[in-house]
Amino acid sequence: MDKRKKEKTLNTIVFIFAVAAALLFIMPTIFTVVNSFMTTSEIKANYGTLIGSASEKKDTFVSKNVNLKFIPDKVTFSQYEGVLFRSPDYLLKFWNSVLLTVPITLFQVVIAVLSSYGFSRHPSKPKAIIFFVYVILMIMPYQVTLVPNYLVADKFGLLDTRWSIILPGIFSPFSVYLISKVMRRIPISYVEAAKLDGASEFQILTKIFVPLCKSAIISVTMLVFIDYWNMVEQPLIMLKDTTMHPLSVFLSQINTGDIGLAFAVGVVYMVPTVLMFLYGEDDLVEGITYAGGIKG
Amino acid sequence: MKKEKGNLKERIFSYACILPGLLGVLAFFVVPFAIVVYYSTINNPILHEYVGLVNYKALLQNTAFKQATWNSAYFSLIAVPLSVILSIILALMLERKIPYKSALRTFFLSPLMVPTASVVIVWQVLFHNHGTINQIGEIFGFEGVDWIKSPHGQIIIIAMFLWKNLGYNMILFMSALAGVPKDILEVADLEGAGKLYQFFRIKLRYLSPTIVFVLILSIINSFKIFREVYLLTGDHPVSKMYMLQHFMNNTFKSLDYQKLSAAAVLFALVMIVVLAILLTTDRIFGKDLED
Repeated sequence: MDKRKKEKTLNTIVFIFAVAAALLFIMPTIFTVVNSFMTTSEIKANYGTLIGSASEKKDTFVSKNVNLKFIPDKVTFSQYEGVLFRSPDYLLKFWNSVLLTVPITLFQVVIAVLSSYGFSRHPSKPKAIIFFVYVILMIMPYQVTLVPNYLVADKFGLLDTRWSIILPGIFSPFSVYLISKVMRRIPISYVEAAKLDGASEFQILTKIFVPLCKSAIISVTMLVFIDYWNMVEQPLIMLKDTTMHPLSVFLSQINTGDIGLAFAVGVVYMVPTVLMFLYGEDDLVEGITYAGGIKG
Repeated sequence: MKKEKGNLKERIFSYACILPGLLGVLAFFVVPFAIVVYYSTINNPILHEYVGLVNYKALLQNTAFKQATWNSAYFSLIAVPLSVILSIILALMLERKIPYKSALRTFFLSPLMVPTASVVIVWQVLFHNHGTINQIGEIFGFEGVDWIKSPHGQIIIIAMFLWKNLGYNMILFMSALAGVPKDILEVADLEGAGKLYQFFRIKLRYLSPTIVFVLILSIINSFKIFREVYLLTGDHPVSKMYMLQHFMNNTFKSLDYQKLSAAAVLFALVMIVVLAILLTTDRIFGKDLED
């Protein structure tokens, strides 16, 4: 069977390509993790030129080249010790990220579940118009929405408080769009059966719609969380007081200062999202899959 | 879908569910945006004199604005189509009978859940003047470039954009490919149609709604590239990396509400036009598929 043999060779080639590509994708993360177990001096020797060796003492060796080093000379937890116990700044900024991201994610998803339920039951013209406004808002980049957000924050004296970021974040319509796409596909017969059994409207929401959309809700929660965990634009504009800045903004300055700790801080910062990913990957994929296709 | 019969109480409940979200959207986005439109047509916040399009004209003559718009547009025009094409290729690869599919999927998807800030130092090391890429290049006789400061700096952010977004798009295309009817492909196989023919004449037509969806998502995400640029280069990048968000940030600092408002309104209009084009395309292709 010539054709089958050809097919098999092709599959082998594709497999090799796929593995190579996959390694490229995972590499930055692996490097960050591996390098976080190096000693501070090893980091400085390897990456010292990133911050300019002029500031270094003469007696420490700084390589001219910056090489990504894969295997540490000596595995230590000294970087983590530095991050967790000796430099309270990082933990404080980490906590700032938590204070911003957790309330936004939580309330945005609750509001989105409620709104999506409202949109998917009893479709009507006014609802369709409101939903279309949401879609337009959803595609607007921060370069557009931050201006009105800033005006409101300024008017109500929220500038330089976390509320200036949390409140607009809660009402961002992205998750409404994704969850209602899934809710609209729930067959009406489920609702009618529940009504015959005497379920109230609220029970139909909590006992039927929410469980049926579980993976969509989990996946939206993860996507919203990572989006705000990554935030840079909003704090730069809303928070002049840099002590309130989240770690995502602060990390951009780390290579000019504490390069010896940069990798460990990076790892600490990715722990919540990576754990989420490992725990909820199947739900994430299922949720993304459901959301595919522009028509609900 | 069958229309749902319902009493008034149910209808009121469904509107009550929308209300909290709607009030927030009105308060934080819609109403203030109306004020932004108003601000874009007055001369200054004290006199409130209507000046028509003067602010817009001034904006369009502003060099920094033009530079930022061009850089952002250039980035999106390259990164968005690339991300569509490459993620279709990834999805086609994982569609074949190869081992460890689910592990490969995890690897491709993982950058989505890794904060950019965590790994930004790796990118800096890769593209540094004496960094990994240049050292590999030197072996093959290329002269090193300081990528981050060079005119080629956009290559780095395109790479970072693709790294982060391909996995998500790939999942969408994988599910679209799974939806291509098997019998059509079998018939094509029997009639001796090649794989390329099958892809371009059959699969691509079933992928087209997903392509529109991925295009919209990618355009939205491409405007978030400022994060990567900021993390890489801080407040003051080279002029090739000066994005619209840099322009907005600087205008925020100088509190020039008129310029800021005009820029926001202009940008919003462009986005609405882009969305309209994409939705129209989707409608045309969607009809095509139903025939």
